[in-house]
Amino acid sequence: MTVILGIETSCDETAAAIVVDGRQVLANVVSSQVDLHARYGGVVPEIAGRAHESLLTPVIAEAMVEAGVTDDDIDVVAATHGPGLIGSLLIGVSAAKALALGWGLPFIGINHHEAHLYAALIEEPEMEFPLVVMLVSGGHTMLIEFQDHGRYKLLGATVDDAAGEAFDKVARYLGLGYPGGPVIDRLSQEGDPNAIKFTPPMRNEGLNFSFSGLKTAVVNYVRQHPDVETADVAASFQSAVVDVLTHKARKAAREIGAKGICLAGGVAANSELREKTLDMCVDDGIQGFLPSRAMCTDNAAMVAATAWWRMQSEGQSPLDLGADPNLKLAFIEV
Amino acid sequence: MLVLGVETATPQVGVAIGGHEGVIASFHTARDRRHAETLAPAIEFLCNQTKIDLQEIGVVAVDIGPGLFTGLRVGLATAKSIAHACKVPMIGISSLDLAAFPARFSDRLIVSTVDARRGEIFYATYRKTAGGIQRISDPHVDQPENVANQLSAQGEDCLVVGDGAQRYAEIFTDMKGVEVGQEGFRFPNAGSLVELAHPKALREEFVAPAEVTPLYLRAPDARINWQKRERS
Ligand SMILES: [Zn+2]
Repeated sequence: MTVILGIETSCDETAAAIVVDGRQVLANVVSSQVDLHARYGGVVPEIAGRAHESLLTPVIAEAMVEAGVTDDDIDVVAATHGPGLIGSLLIGVSAAKALALGWGLPFIGINHHEAHLYAALIEEPEMEFPLVVMLVSGGHTMLIEFQDHGRYKLLGATVDDAAGEAFDKVARYLGLGYPGGPVIDRLSQEGDPNAIKFTPPMRNEGLNFSFSGLKTAVVNYVRQHPDVETADVAASFQSAVVDVLTHKARKAAREIGAKGICLAGGVAANSELREKTLDMCVDDGIQGFLPSRAMCTDNAAMVAATAWWRMQSEGQSPLDLGADPNLKLAFIEV
Repeated sequence: MLVLGVETATPQVGVAIGGHEGVIASFHTARDRRHAETLAPAIEFLCNQTKIDLQEIGVVAVDIGPGLFTGLRVGLATAKSIAHACKVPMIGISSLDLAAFPARFSDRLIVSTVDARRGEIFYATYRKTAGGIQRISDPHVDQPENVANQLSAQGEDCLVVGDGAQRYAEIFTDMKGVEVGQEGFRFPNAGSLVELAHPKALREEFVAPAEVTPLYLRAPDARINWQKRERS
């Protein structure tokens, strides 16, 4: 039995979790800073850094109390070391290395994207490979072929804005506040998704995405139709994003003969995306894995779970590991 | 009581271990500003070389700034986590106190400075007392010219130390009765941190890790760079 303390500070969530053998989550504490950043319409790096610094120690203590573990029970300390905001990442990495040093335990640096891929595995240990994982968040939009543990192939990615970024920008333009994903999701329930025909660029080309043109189309439409119902704009925009995401995920799954499709990242909490993905998987006779909303958004349980899988392969990281804001997943070459 | 001192509020990374016999071991490097990469291995190195187990440390002292925000937070996160892991209390000491400490034998007014970037310096003034120094003004951030004008108005002989003074040396060296400290006084020193923290530790002037608060002296820059943002 291996008890891992996971730490996640890559963006605006200060999180710590205790996970046993990559599956059994004893505690998953997330302290969101979203209110601190809301008035700026996005994450302000210096504000995030200050909040992580003051929140992390109490969050780790809370996770340990909630899990009912003492220092002696912990076997490994893991933290996200990239990608993300450099000043935020450094706090989690520094804390994790110091805890490992103080306790005389191994330290493992985790790739944040890899952690998102493993989030579903905590709740669905029986997932069969190969899988298509659609990682959709404020920073990235990627279709990944999850062949086996540690083996990933990049099938497609956004060429400009990330899906979540498009949600934030459109919400900001429509004056709906921040973060954009949840507000647009909520407002869309009251709107007509067929009211306006928005088509994202590159819908019928390959497996890459483009969202910046869609944002511009929304802006232009609202300028030309100032009396349009905001709920209809939100619903039509969301429907266009979900359509292109599910369309390409299906295409990818068919191309590689995937056993299932798995959602990951903050945008995977979107209710329309979840519903359409599940419908599509049922139609195609493959499995659809939708991690709970708490596992889709940034959390430390996925970091601790990934560390357990990493222990079986590469083992621990050196104490001179730093943070890498542009850390890439080690994709196998096509 | 053994004190571990962690100092990363400037371009320098500093770690020291000491106790009643003074500083036992220290490590400093001022190249390249790779605080997070250097700090944990430096602590491990000092422990190995002195054969001191981290569990023997009785208190963790840390530089609470002002200084470079990111470096400062690397030190705070590291120091708080060591204290948490070893179940020991902490002592926070300002970088300005640390930069002033080596100048404690001077009878002049000591002006301690830390480079604040963007054309400004953090500073506070000190006087020597029996066995140490005493801060006589609150820490502030201002342009070096304004600090120099203030010192001129006071008309007292002073010694200006720290990397803020080094960077704007030409402003201070032209002034009558003002001397700029040598290169050796440039950065706050982890050894000074241990020396200043030890008597406080004996007096049990501790704080819990969660209560150690950084001294920023400047509101956060609230710009969002959509292009550079790497959120996920
Ligand atoms: Zn994420």
